[in-house]
Amino acid sequence: MTRRPRRGAAAAAASVALLTVGALGGCSGSGALTPGDLPAATITVFAAASLTESFEALAAEFEAAHPGVEVALSFGGSATLASQILEGAPADVFASADEATMRRVVDGGATAADPQIFATNALTLAVPAGNPGGVTGLADLADPGLAIALCAPEVPCGATAVSVLDAAGVTAAPDTLEQDVKAVLTRLVLGEADAGLVYRTDVIAAGDAVEQIEAEGTDAAVNAYPIAPVGAAETATAREFIAFVRSDAGQGVLADAGFGAP
Amino acid sequence: MPAPLVVVAVVALAVLVLPLVALVVRAPWAELPALVTSAPVLEALRLSLVTASIATAVCLALGVPLAMLLAHSADAPAPVRRLLRAAVTVPLLLPPVVGGIALLLLLGRRGLVGGWLAETWGVTIPFTTGAVVIAQVFVSMPFLVFAVEGALSGADRRVEQAAATLGASRWQVFRHMTLPLVAPGIAAGAVLCFTRALGEFGATITFAGSLPGVTRTLPVASYLALQSDPDEAIAIALVLLAVAVAVLLLLRDRWVPGVRA
Repeated sequence: MTRRPRRGAAAAAASVALLTVGALGGCSGSGALTPGDLPAATITVFAAASLTESFEALAAEFEAAHPGVEVALSFGGSATLASQILEGAPADVFASADEATMRRVVDGGATAADPQIFATNALTLAVPAGNPGGVTGLADLADPGLAIALCAPEVPCGATAVSVLDAAGVTAAPDTLEQDVKAVLTRLVLGEADAGLVYRTDVIAAGDAVEQIEAEGTDAAVNAYPIAPVGAAETATAREFIAFVRSDAGQGVLADAGFGAP
Repeated sequence: MPAPLVVVAVVALAVLVLPLVALVVRAPWAELPALVTSAPVLEALRLSLVTASIATAVCLALGVPLAMLLAHSADAPAPVRRLLRAAVTVPLLLPPVVGGIALLLLLGRRGLVGGWLAETWGVTIPFTTGAVVIAQVFVSMPFLVFAVEGALSGADRRVEQAAATLGASRWQVFRHMTLPLVAPGIAAGAVLCFTRALGEFGATITFAGSLPGVTRTLPVASYLALQSDPDEAIAIALVLLAVAVAVLLLLRDRWVPGVRA
């Protein structure tokens, strides 16, 4: 600093710093229960990476139907989101890509109500546009000459991949084990991997960049997606959002994205 | 110093220190020995130490000459000098993930150079241990360059001129005068460079991927461990924190010279 700071500036800086600390402490808004329309509020939805496109669409429709309500979305690997929620992240709704991960949150005492299954999803063999590796079936995932991207067994899509590969009797030779399914998809979109196992919905979401290879045995394990309100301050808005996801309109959006019915 | 500023300073200190305090407090001390010596952690530790050592060696070989060039550029026209300095500074300020994307676009299978490598030689760089080293070199070389350059501009360079007037060749001056002159700076820079390489995460996961024993370094392993075993993630974090503290003690006051315009 070249000039002497004024008292006001210092005080402002102090209050900004304190406000920041307050914000970092996290404060979840609690909406008062009003019959009929919802109070103006922001709800934070933590959703599995595979739900990115469909939940963005659902949130937009929900906001349009309820003026003053804002839906903040945070996407990531289900297990990462679960860990964040158990550490006290300010989420109001959690949508997981598998039941085991949701169970961790339930067992940790972070859910306010029983989880409900709202969609199903199956893995599929996917390749970059043009199939440069000449991939035809699950057996190709054992080819050390190909660049193979899979989810790590620690995350839902990886656990499902393990089930699928075990059922097919294939010992995969992965080149990278990713943190969430979108990371695997990115490897395929960029052409860095010749093949990978992603959800059917991901292939639809990736458009022309990725091709689906219809292969025997990829449906051996199907993921069920549970959704639940989380946090002590469970809000009417959070409950309403979950109801919307499970409504006919919400199910239509999910079906368009390639999800199966619960 | 006005009282409100003292308050802000204390808040600032808390922002920096409290997270690390939480890490130490929440650490599973009882299980720590077992966690730190588990097979996946040891594998990641070994990979991290090997790659960070190689990266540091590469940074030394490439970075010392670059630091000399930077020091000599003091006599160059201003635009040249600024461009050179900016080129070294940018990786320091760039989010590592962006560095990883940039590396992918250069050396990936469809990258500017990587495409040619793959087609002509059948060489692919991503998903290899070499990719980990490249990512580490990209993010950590600036630390070495600035440390050495700081030592060069702070040193008394007249001995070099004296040696030159006495008939020493440029190589002789470099080997017998310049290098010993900046040796402490090189050592400090190498340690900083090694630490930064050891902690590299974003560029590694983006460019090299994550495979046990091949590309899964300690930070990447820690990030994945959060999915299934948070205690293991904390244990790895403590190992990395211990390394950082050890480096701090080792260097004492020889801190990296700031980025000076």
